[in-house]
Amino acid sequence: MSEKVIEVDDVSVMFNLKKQGKFSLKNYFQSLKNKELMFQEFWPLQNVSFNVKKGDRVGILGLNGAGKSTLLKVIAGVMKPTKGAVKTKGRVVPLLELSTGFDKSYTGRENIFLRGATLGFSTKYMEERFDEIVDFAEIRKFLNVPVSNYSSGMRARLGFAISTMADPDILILDEVLSVGDAKFKKKSFKKMMNLIESRDTTVLFVSHSTRQVEKLCNKAILLENGQMTMVGESGPIIEKYKEITDK
Amino acid sequence: MVFESLMNNRFVLNFMKYKYLLYELVKKTVKLDYRRSFLGIFWIFLNPLLYTIVLTIVFSTFLGRYIDNYPIYLLCGRLAFDFFSSGSKAAMNSLKKASIIKRVYVPKYIYPLSSVLGKYITFLMSLIILALLIIVTGVVLTWQTVWAIIPFIILFLLTLGVGLMLATVVIFFRDVKHLWGVFTSLLMWCSAIFYSIDIIPAQFRAVFEFNPIFQIIDMIRKSVMYGQFYDPFQVFYVLGITIFFLVLGICLLFKYQDKFILYI
Repeated sequence: MSEKVIEVDDVSVMFNLKKQGKFSLKNYFQSLKNKELMFQEFWPLQNVSFNVKKGDRVGILGLNGAGKSTLLKVIAGVMKPTKGAVKTKGRVVPLLELSTGFDKSYTGRENIFLRGATLGFSTKYMEERFDEIVDFAEIRKFLNVPVSNYSSGMRARLGFAISTMADPDILILDEVLSVGDAKFKKKSFKKMMNLIESRDTTVLFVSHSTRQVEKLCNKAILLENGQMTMVGESGPIIEKYKEITDK
Repeated sequence: MVFESLMNNRFVLNFMKYKYLLYELVKKTVKLDYRRSFLGIFWIFLNPLLYTIVLTIVFSTFLGRYIDNYPIYLLCGRLAFDFFSSGSKAAMNSLKKASIIKRVYVPKYIYPLSSVLGKYITFLMSLIILALLIIVTGVVLTWQTVWAIIPFIILFLLTLGVGLMLATVVIFFRDVKHLWGVFTSLLMWCSAIFYSIDIIPAQFRAVFEFNPIFQIIDMIRKSVMYGQFYDPFQVFYVLGITIFFLVLGICLLFKYQDKFILYI
C-alpha cells in the first residue's frame, strides 16, 4: 500500500542532567567541591518505535514532560538520538516555536529571505513566494521595520507563513495552532487543512487539545514518561488520554 | 566520473542545499555592521583612514620614530590584524547566537564559515583605501607585489580554522570568550603593527617570529612596500600553523556538533 515516510526505530534519548546548561569554571569548581560530577542520567525517551505512512496524520498525546517535544526534535533532525535511528523521506518542515529565531536587527523583508534559506530554499524561489507570505502574515506595512519592533503576534504569523508555504512532505507541528488571535487561528487551521488535503502531507501533531487532535488526526501515539504506551487508530487513544487527564 | 561521484557526495549535496543560507548569512554579516549609521558602508574606508592619520601623527610626529612610509606600513598591519581579530571573534559568537538550530536542522559549520567570509569581504573592500594610499604616497609597485596574494589567502584560512575551533569550544566553555579578548590584545602587541620590530630587544624577538600573524603581516609588507619576495621559510611555517588550526577546528566542530543544542 502507501509507503512508509517516517521510520522510528527503537529510539532512546539521554540527557546528562549535571552537564546541562551553561558551563563555567565557577560551576565546575562548585560541583567538584560538592562531588556532583558524577553522571545523572535522564531518559526523556525510551525505546520508541513506530512507522508512519504517507498521508497519515498522527497526533502525539501525553502529559507535560512525557517526551513529546523531544520526539519531534529527533524526527525533525535537530537532535540526534542516543540510541536507535530515525529515517524520513521527503522535505521535513518543523513548525516549532515559530516566533523565535528571527534576527532582531534585521527587517521583516530580510528575515523572510534568511528564514527561507535556513529551510533550504533558493533566493529565487523565495522571491516567487514573497507576496504570498507577506499577504498571509499581514505584515506588508511593516516590511522594512526591524523585527525587534514587531509584536509577538506578528512574529508568530510571519513564522507560520514562511514555514507553511514550503510545500512540505512531512509537517511537524508543536502547539502551533494556538498562535495569534481567533481570526488568525482559524486562518492558519484552514491553511493547514488545505496543505494536508491537497498534497497528501504527512503530519505529526502535538497538542493538549483533544478536540483539535480528534478533528485533524486519524492515528495517534500516547507517550507516558518517555515510553510509548499506545499506538494506532486515534479514537481509542484519545479516550485513554482523556482518562489519564481526568484522574 | 570522479566529478560525478563527488557531486553526489552527501556532504556536497548538503552544501548545495544550504549555499543560499551561506549567502544570506554572509550578506548579513557585512550589512549589520554598518546599519543605522549615517555614512553606512563608507565607514569601511573611513575608519582605517582616520585611524592611519591619527597614528601617523602620534608616532611619526610626537614620538619621532621614523619608519619609511609609515601610513602604508601601519595600514598593512592594521587591516590584516583587524580582519583576524574581528573574523575570529564573529565566528566564535556565531553559533552561540544561532538559536534557530534548536528548531530546524542546519549544517552547523555554515555559521562560523559565513562570519569569517563576511568579515573577509569587508577586509577586501577596505584594501581599496590601502591602494589609494599607495598611489598617493607614491610607492613603486613591482611584479613582486602579486605575491601578496599568498599571505592574503593564508590569513583567511588561518582565521577560519581558529574561528571554527573557537565557535565549538565557546559553546561548552563560555569563559573562552573573555580569554580570547585578552589573548587578541596580547597578539596585537606581538604583531608589530605600529612599530618596527627593530625596536624590540633581540632576546624577545623570538616571540614575534613565532607569531603567525606577525609573519603574515611581514609577508604582506615585504611584497607590497618593498617589492621583495619574502622568505619561503615564512610561507611553510605559516602554512603549517594554518593547516593545524584548520584540521583541529574542523575535527572539533564535527565531533561535537550533535551536542550543541543542549548547551545553547
